[in-house]
Amino acid sequence: MTLTETPLDAGTQADLESHFEATIARNDRIEPRDWMPDGYRRTLVRQIAQHAHSEIIGMQPEGNWISRAPSLRRKAILLAKVQDEAGHGLYLYSAAETLGVSRLELTEMLISGRQKYSSIFNYPTLSYADVGSIGWLVDGAAICNQVPLCRTSFGPYGRAMIRVCKEESFHQRQGYELLTTMMRGTDEQRAMVQESVDRFWWPALMMFGPPDADSPNTAQSMAWGIKRNTNDELRQKFVDMSVPQAEALGVTLPDPDLAWNDERAHYDFGQPDWDEFMQGVKGNGPCNAQRLAHRRRAHEDGAWVRAAATAFATKEATA
Amino acid sequence: MSNLSAEGGHGAVPLAGVPTGVDVPAPEPEWPLYEVFVRGKRGLNHVHVGSLHAADDRMALLHARDVYTRRNEGVSIWVVRADAITASSPDEKDPMFAPSGDKVYRHPTFYDIPDNVPHI
Repeated sequence: MTLTETPLDAGTQADLESHFEATIARNDRIEPRDWMPDGYRRTLVRQIAQHAHSEIIGMQPEGNWISRAPSLRRKAILLAKVQDEAGHGLYLYSAAETLGVSRLELTEMLISGRQKYSSIFNYPTLSYADVGSIGWLVDGAAICNQVPLCRTSFGPYGRAMIRVCKEESFHQRQGYELLTTMMRGTDEQRAMVQESVDRFWWPALMMFGPPDADSPNTAQSMAWGIKRNTNDELRQKFVDMSVPQAEALGVTLPDPDLAWNDERAHYDFGQPDWDEFMQGVKGNGPCNAQRLAHRRRAHEDGAWVRAAATAFATKEATA
Repeated sequence: MSNLSAEGGHGAVPLAGVPTGVDVPAPEPEWPLYEVFVRGKRGLNHVHVGSLHAADDRMALLHARDVYTRRNEGVSIWVVRADAITASSPDEKDPMFAPSGDKVYRHPTFYDIPDNVPHI
């Protein structure tokens, strides 16, 4: 133990920056009231906010099936899962707010379309097998993205991700179990599973973002410790994990190029349709308008509840 | 496609050309922010787990239960309005903590005890 530590020379921008860089270099966490570069703050707000929006919008495709669940057991599971997504959104909005943005402003930016959410939620859920495919593939891909984010350099984001990841495992397993149950059923049910996997496989691969060569932001985000792996690394990891799971399930993944590569010790696979992905990002996906309209309606229909609760709190406080 | 990345956790989202809303005032008055502390089980301290907005204390407690204890994470919850918390400066090297920095004699390892002395 040393007897004295040199105190930080406060004041100059250069000192603050070098202190920030040193914290990152030590692999220490940045906390909300620390000084941070403006670019770091804005990158984080965008990322965390859009992650939160994805959780909140992500309630819709599956929420669609709650009233039509095939059994009470499945209904209870689906309700719990959709409630978790709301919780994940709240953890993340809280983390974003520590960076100086208000919750209501974030909501406004979502429903006005200025901020985005993951395009995966713009695909429709056409059968109950989609609840299984989303759990297995979409949440599986999310886990690949989110586990490294538990070690992200911004403390509140990392802590939110730890909570999210603990719960996400239930999401993936309930989805896979749902699909295995259907695969033990009738030919019609097995066909339903295959059809669903055919629709969700490529969008799940798109969740990792464009190939590294087309992702110039990745380098800065990795230098800041916000992001820990590149898009292609994570996509490869997901494919390698999913192939044996598909085999155990008895479904075929809809990629003719999918094959084990002995030399690389990884699976080779084809590229998703990036034009389709870009259309979704631009707002032209199958359900973009519906998802946003639904979120806007929920927010606006809730206005009187917020006003009433505020009025009640004011009355109680002055009583 | 140039400014898209999987940074959004739940899938790739655009990062360039997206407003952040930092330092933009809220569009309507917001409910106060509460910090939430949960006692995981008897015998443990309450630990900070996150925050939420609520119109009043009772709503904060109910929301805290729904958001932070869906899986038996706690046996007791504290909620406190964030604006009621007094905090030290964030930097650990702040002079605030300097008084303890040079008092190594407060730690047991400061004292040399002969190897043949047991149980100390």
